[in-house]
Amino acid sequence: MSDRPAGRKLPLTGIRVVDMSVVWAGTFTTMAMADMGAEVIRVENTRFAPYGTRGIMLRPSDSLLKTRGMATAGYPDREAGERPYNRAAMFNVHARNKLSMTADYTRPEGLDIVKRLIEISDVMVENSAHGVMQRMGLGYEEVSRVKPDIVMLSMPAFGNTGPYAARVALGRHLECIAGHTLLRGYPDADPTWTTEVYHCDAAAGAMGMFAVMTALHYRRRTGKGQFIDLAQVETVIPQLGEAVMDYAMNERVQTTTGNRHPFAAPCGMYPCQGEDRWIAITVYTEGQWDKLCRVMGNPSWARKPSFLNRQSRRRNQDDLDKHISDWTRGEQDYDLMIRLQAEGVPAGPLMDERDCYRDPHIAERGFFEGVTHAECGTHLYPGMLWKQHRMPGSIRRPPCRLGEHNPYVYKELLGVSDEEYARLEREGHIGMDYHPSIVIHGRAST
Amino acid sequence: MNDSALSDIKVLDLTWYIAGPYCTKLLSDYGAEVVKVERPGTGDPSRQLGPFPEDRPDSEAGGLFLHLNTNKKGITLDIKSEFGKNALKELVKRADVLVESFSPRVLPSLGLDYKDFREVNPALVMCSISNFGQTGPYRDYRLSELVLNAMGTCMKMVGQPDREPLKLGGSILQYQAGVLAASATMIALYGAMDGQGEHVDLSLFETCLGSIDRRAPYLLAHQYTGQKEVTQRVGGGRGGIMAGCPEGIYPCKDGYFDVAGGVAWWEKNFALLGKPPELADPVYGTPDGQMDPARQDEILSVLYPWAMERTKQEISKAAEEARAAAAPLYSTEDLLKDPHFQERGSFVEIDHPHAGRLRYPGAPFRPALTPWRMERPAPMLGEHNEEVYAGLGYGEADLARLRSEGLI
Repeated sequence: MSDRPAGRKLPLTGIRVVDMSVVWAGTFTTMAMADMGAEVIRVENTRFAPYGTRGIMLRPSDSLLKTRGMATAGYPDREAGERPYNRAAMFNVHARNKLSMTADYTRPEGLDIVKRLIEISDVMVENSAHGVMQRMGLGYEEVSRVKPDIVMLSMPAFGNTGPYAARVALGRHLECIAGHTLLRGYPDADPTWTTEVYHCDAAAGAMGMFAVMTALHYRRRTGKGQFIDLAQVETVIPQLGEAVMDYAMNERVQTTTGNRHPFAAPCGMYPCQGEDRWIAITVYTEGQWDKLCRVMGNPSWARKPSFLNRQSRRRNQDDLDKHISDWTRGEQDYDLMIRLQAEGVPAGPLMDERDCYRDPHIAERGFFEGVTHAECGTHLYPGMLWKQHRMPGSIRRPPCRLGEHNPYVYKELLGVSDEEYARLEREGHIGMDYHPSIVIHGRAST
Repeated sequence: MNDSALSDIKVLDLTWYIAGPYCTKLLSDYGAEVVKVERPGTGDPSRQLGPFPEDRPDSEAGGLFLHLNTNKKGITLDIKSEFGKNALKELVKRADVLVESFSPRVLPSLGLDYKDFREVNPALVMCSISNFGQTGPYRDYRLSELVLNAMGTCMKMVGQPDREPLKLGGSILQYQAGVLAASATMIALYGAMDGQGEHVDLSLFETCLGSIDRRAPYLLAHQYTGQKEVTQRVGGGRGGIMAGCPEGIYPCKDGYFDVAGGVAWWEKNFALLGKPPELADPVYGTPDGQMDPARQDEILSVLYPWAMERTKQEISKAAEEARAAAAPLYSTEDLLKDPHFQERGSFVEIDHPHAGRLRYPGAPFRPALTPWRMERPAPMLGEHNEEVYAGLGYGEADLARLRSEGLI
């Protein structure tokens, strides 16, 4: 964390965001806004834990922590700790620079508190299923009555209109619908072998940032706020534009080509020395092919007519890949990247987390930032999505703990007295602990 | 147009291929005036990439180029010539934003870096998009979508454990960098309204490492869990990242569907399967029951026959009623024919002189007051030379001369 002089201006300094986002898509939108200086206030509720947000389970079992992969069990030292919901990597990764306040908005007084916060804010972001905010009493009609020039970004899975508006989906399901799942995977294997990915959360979250910024820009010019309907699935579709255009032009249904490329050859993952070490190599041009051959030591097989040009190499890729793999098996992945890149051939190792923390380029760019968190200790965190020279973003505060900023939000922003604060604490609006009856997610039972 | 969000912004676009053009497409689709500068003769190399109508190569009808350059104006200019450098500076003077995707040494070597542009336009917001950023030991390295997947930690966990790791589909990570570049540009512009300008340095590699999905979260999880463990590839029916069963992709009568599992979803999944009595014991929904291979076999022995009797649309409908998180695996054809996207108008048709009337991907979000628009198709090479150069004071005779000298 950098100790920036207080009050140093960032691009979004002065913008306040009411953040009711959950899981990953909306939270990614508000992450970038907080990084760039907006005051992002997460509105949370000690009596209601949204699904998959502060951990896949609010209080993960020992068996989950011991047996599962890092997404579900990414807790410091694999221990849940007293408040697991302040320690989950899947939440803390995006919660830096954000503030957290609590109010039980399912009760009238809590709802009123949220509205008082909306009244002094510029932006509201939510990505619950269509209809949830309306039922809560925080649909756009009500929100804009409280704050007429607010920019409200609503980003449900399928959007706020259309026959599927009410459907429940995770990011990976939207990739299934957008066609992405069938456009990746091994060409020779059944799709049941295709590993789920959650790229849609990243796609929708990034588009959410752009959407809010277009509306803030318009508001600055005209004074008008507005409602933005963002269907997460519609942010993935344009990212698969070639497949859409091919169908539109030729009614061709594209299928997975694995790691191969429509015209580059070779293009693949080749095994290197060590366990599960691989190098990615892509050869677009004849010049790059010559360079690759030179790095391989100009082997005689490379002069076979079947590898003469890109077209013939594409036709004989299985054979080509075998020859290249025989060579790469004896090589070290990073060393090969350096030698191939020196010749202008696109190549790079399969990187895992450990590699990233050792990588000299990432280190020199200062991508990781050290952060000390009161309940997690000190670690390196993935940092800024981009660099700005005059107003650089940085991790200025650790990930927000549940209710950590209640004193600031209630007393300084909303002007609540000490007596009133104590009463709201007693009545379960203000707090730093989820109700003990919530184990997985959802509502407190009493 | 007054009802476009960005109608007061002028963008100079020095980008090609995917990430940069997608960034400037987003700006132009929401109303900015984008002037795309291409090299004379060949233009953006993505013009040579397909898909093409009837697979006949035509640099004015490439699907990728048409998709990524809607609503832009196109000019040609040899920026390496003296004339080109001066004309570019004239254009920069008139722009609010410059987006470029040259490799980091190119513009400085031409005397055209951020400092040079600032001299003619101190308020300029410049967004530089590059493979690995403007600094660092890999700054000159080449990238492909595959290399980006591999180095960006996207592939490590995708595929079967005993086979090669797999990339994501198409060129999706380059598009993703383009969206983040558009966000960065707008955020920088918002902060630069004091007239002081800004330079954004966006690295495709870092946009990948820093993004949600399992890239950034796993990087942090690795730190948290003591730097011992790295992610492994998982896949196949029981292998999703969420603990439990059913969890993953399963076959059905006419294709495949994906259902999310684990303790959090068991009640919904039980309802999806029609509350079969043999799975009524609450133990199936406990963390231990969800993880027990014997219990998982029992769940799957109900799920497989249930699924094989149903089409993917029937399963979608049942999931909606049960509030379960499940979806069919669609082909692009399924997607374009789906009633939800037809009703929302998620694809729009527009005419193009070479490619004809085609459907394109539509609005990625819908602001109530400032709608997305599709006013014109991608420009043909140099289509707006007369208009744009007239604005710089060049007449017809000048253009003829420049054309004959290969400068535009």
